[in-house]
Amino acid sequence: MSIQVERLSKTYGQQKAVDAISFTAEPGKILGFLGPNGAGKSTTMKMLSGYLKPTSGKAVLSNFDTQLQSLEMRRIMGYLPENTPLYADMYVREFLNFVANTYELAQPEMKTKDVIERVGLGEEQHKKISMLSKGYKQRVGLAQAIIHDPEVLILDEPTSGLDPNQLTDIRELIRQLGNNKTVILSTHIMQEVEALCEQVIIINKGVIVADSTMIVLKTQHKTDSLEDIFRILTR
Amino acid sequence: MYAVFKRELFSLLNSLMAYITIGIFLLVSGLLLWFFPDTSILEYGYAELTGFFSLAPFLFMFLIPAITMRSFAEERREGTYILLASRPLSDLQIIMAKYLACLALVFFSLLPTLLYYYSIVHLGLPEGNIDGGAVTGSYIGLLLLGSAFVSIGIFASSVTKNQVIAFAVAVFISFIVYSGFDALSKIFTLSLFESVFAWLSVNQHFQSMSRGVLDTRDLVYFVTFDLLFLGMTSLVVGGRKW
Repeated sequence: MSIQVERLSKTYGQQKAVDAISFTAEPGKILGFLGPNGAGKSTTMKMLSGYLKPTSGKAVLSNFDTQLQSLEMRRIMGYLPENTPLYADMYVREFLNFVANTYELAQPEMKTKDVIERVGLGEEQHKKISMLSKGYKQRVGLAQAIIHDPEVLILDEPTSGLDPNQLTDIRELIRQLGNNKTVILSTHIMQEVEALCEQVIIINKGVIVADSTMIVLKTQHKTDSLEDIFRILTR
Repeated sequence: MYAVFKRELFSLLNSLMAYITIGIFLLVSGLLLWFFPDTSILEYGYAELTGFFSLAPFLFMFLIPAITMRSFAEERREGTYILLASRPLSDLQIIMAKYLACLALVFFSLLPTLLYYYSIVHLGLPEGNIDGGAVTGSYIGLLLLGSAFVSIGIFASSVTKNQVIAFAVAVFISFIVYSGFDALSKIFTLSLFESVFAWLSVNQHFQSMSRGVLDTRDLVYFVTFDLLFLGMTSLVVGGRKW
């Protein structure tokens, strides 16, 4: 069990952004994290990445508690934040090299070269990040999340704003990564979930309203469209 | 932590801001020290650097906030802090890296002024007639004073996402701790507060080092001062209100 979440909550003032959610995720499967805007997806992911402190409850990634063993946990976790923030004034190669160095990886140059190849940034590697198109920025974001070969990958809307060609590329990459890692990804695109994920969690107003495999979910609601299920559950 | 330090320093050196601030610092101190008749060493007639050392804190008061203002404010505005925070680095390491990068820049801006010292040594009559101890003490004092202003600037940068506000807050706090406490101690002459405020004043400790006496009490004061502001930064950053 490489992601284990127990009664995780986050409260902002009076508002409960995430309300005592529990779930688990296993390696080799991609977990789709769905929900309307403002349902608490990003907040949950920020807590999983150790960036936000949960108000209560705990999350454990590969046996490392996100709060108590935060630094160890961050070594085995890769995180692509929402909206893909990047240092725009750096060059692609320079930025990835910097990321490799923050993990104190051996042979950072090699790792940078490898990851550039994997995400298909070869032709853009000498450009400044601010010069890149949205799709390539997304790839840089993905590259910084996987450069240290993490066991757990947390991807917050990795495919937002991509054109159909880029979408297929990135999806293929995520599928490959899902083979031997625990991947949790949030998205608004239902086809993507159907194409990639085995397990689906739907969250609404901070509460989990569905947590099962795609097949079970479809038979339960007697429909073949995930979109319909989503609409019924989150209304 | 070294990786973050390197990135911060390079990003400072890649921005025009650093060169403009260092340039202005050298230009103003050079003009006031050698050309403007009212303050010029040549007119003054004594081969000493005290003019420079009483001027530099006031230049630092404006230049250091200009260097530090972007450190956290920009990360906050661009949302990039999460990139650093999800690495195996503690908040304190990130803060220290930024602090040291800015301090390195302050150090670089002081290096060219050693030329003034060289000139004065040769202008003295007889040649080399200068109080080396006082100059060394003053330079160390100036670096420590710079470190105090850097820690103030880093703190000011962490409380806002607007760089202009970060700059203004940093100048204000720097002015208060440098001149404000001095003034307060003079207001409360002959009462207990006089010595309290005098002890709190950065200027007092800087002056005492300028005399060439390297007192551990001054050193302890500056280290505590820096740690206090960096600690407050850590509280602000750790609160994740952004």
